Amino acid sequence: MNLGQRFYLREVFSGLGLTAGHFFRNMGRHIAHSLGRRDARGAVTIQYPDERRRLAPRLRSLHRLVRREDGSPRCVACMMCETVCPARCIYIVADEHPNPEIEKVPSRFDIDLGKCVFCGYCVEACPEDAIRMDTGILEFSSYSRGGMIYSKEALLALEPAGPDGRPTSPVPIPADRRP
Amino acid sequence: MIADVGIVFGRVMFVMMFVLNLGGLLTWVERKQSAIMQDRIGANRASILGLRLFGLFHPLADAIKMLAKEDFRPARADRFLFSLAPFVSVFFALVAFASIPFGNVLHAAGREIPLQAVTLNVGVLYVFAMLSLGVYGVMMAGWSSGNNFALLGGQRAAALMISAEIAIGASIIGVIMVYGSLDLQSIARAQGQLLWGWIPKWGILTQPLAFVLFLTAGIASTKRIPFDTPEGESEIIGYFVEYSGMKFGMFAMADFLETIVVAGMTTALFLGGWQVPYLVAGGFQFPWGATLALPPLVVTLLQVGSFVTKVVVMIFFLMLIRWTLPRFRYDQAMRLGWLALFPLSIANIVLTGLVLLVTRPA
Repeated sequence: MNLGQRFYLREVFSGLGLTAGHFFRNMGRHIAHSLGRRDARGAVTIQYPDERRRLAPRLRSLHRLVRREDGSPRCVACMMCETVCPARCIYIVADEHPNPEIEKVPSRFDIDLGKCVFCGYCVEACPEDAIRMDTGILEFSSYSRGGMIYSKEALLALEPAGPDGRPTSPVPIPADRRP
Repeated sequence: MIADVGIVFGRVMFVMMFVLNLGGLLTWVERKQSAIMQDRIGANRASILGLRLFGLFHPLADAIKMLAKEDFRPARADRFLFSLAPFVSVFFALVAFASIPFGNVLHAAGREIPLQAVTLNVGVLYVFAMLSLGVYGVMMAGWSSGNNFALLGGQRAAALMISAEIAIGASIIGVIMVYGSLDLQSIARAQGQLLWGWIPKWGILTQPLAFVLFLTAGIASTKRIPFDTPEGESEIIGYFVEYSGMKFGMFAMADFLETIVVAGMTTALFLGGWQVPYLVAGGFQFPWGATLALPPLVVTLLQVGSFVTKVVVMIFFLMLIRWTLPRFRYDQAMRLGWLALFPLSIANIVLTGLVLLVTRPA
């Protein structure tokens, strides 16, 4: 440190100048905003439940199971995703499909979101493009561990997010909160 | 007789309400100002019937929360002193403002009403006595909690207070020498004189070194960042580690009240007190000869408004310092107090004496 820095007072004032500059600049923007200049923002805060930031298109959000045209799951219960899952949060029970051209169908397809690490490996591993993570839904919570387990029916009902990244299907109500 | 009592009551109530309300408001100011300085929004969620008013209801919500919380007392604590400590802290911070004048003498209905809660001819000493006594509450809290960290905090508070008080006492001697009085009202009145006919003779101009020293030591005596070694929340949490609920709130309140007292003292000693530049009893008298006559009531209102404005600006400045500087280590704070502030204050006394000797012939 040179003498000016050791004396401390000059550095104090340079610091005060910086923070006071921020204060008055932001204050001016806040006043301009309240006077009708909507583009003037005095803070970088996004007031989350009221305001939401735009989600990136590749963001991994809540899973969904892709449907065939008849509404049945595209999944053939090959167990690829269950095998690749590092968190072991997928649980599949295979069943015979009535159509002989399709080998199998899952009778159960549960994802324990309490364990899921949202790595996206299940989407990568799927040979049938039957599972995707593009719903745009980020807010799923529950009062119990059991409520975090999402069943095949819940996952099948979900739709992909709209072009603005907003979810188009309602957030599934967890099992323990269903009335 | 009743009128006299009423006038005294009114004076005390004005100061009391001013200090208490400002103290409550400061919790909001601190959160909001720091937020705006840091590009944030700050507390804005508390609402009454959907009315948010920039988060102004947060102090109210905080008070309700504090009162509703459990009032916990550790098993090893000294029951009496543990409960007494926060009250001592708040009491002395609150009464310290009493002798600070917020306006000139008001002539109304044949009476002379001095605009300060108490007229004391040793007002300066009174304020510092009360500020120093405030540390007893802190030491009491530290000792009576039965917690070693609290004891460390109390001991640090005592050490910091001594090193700060010495510097405060020594730095204002220069001001007392220049204005020749210990009465804050006379000091404020003397600052209405003009230097070379056009510069207001405020303390910051006649005693710039004392201003810096006093402000530094004053911040130290409020125990807030950058001198928050008694709290040291990252190392010992501090003297109030065992307190909860409103008793904890009272310690926080005492810090804010001390900030107001320091701002008020700085205003009274260095920023001309209630003086408005060029405003005398009959109205404005500008140095270039122009005059503007004003009725006495308007003059008084202008002076009180000037005092309040100066105090608020000073508080803004103190908050700015609190949210800008990192905190001193314990040994750094001690070294600053004893090896920088104290010798410089003594040097300031000698310098002021020499200048007075030269400029003021006996």
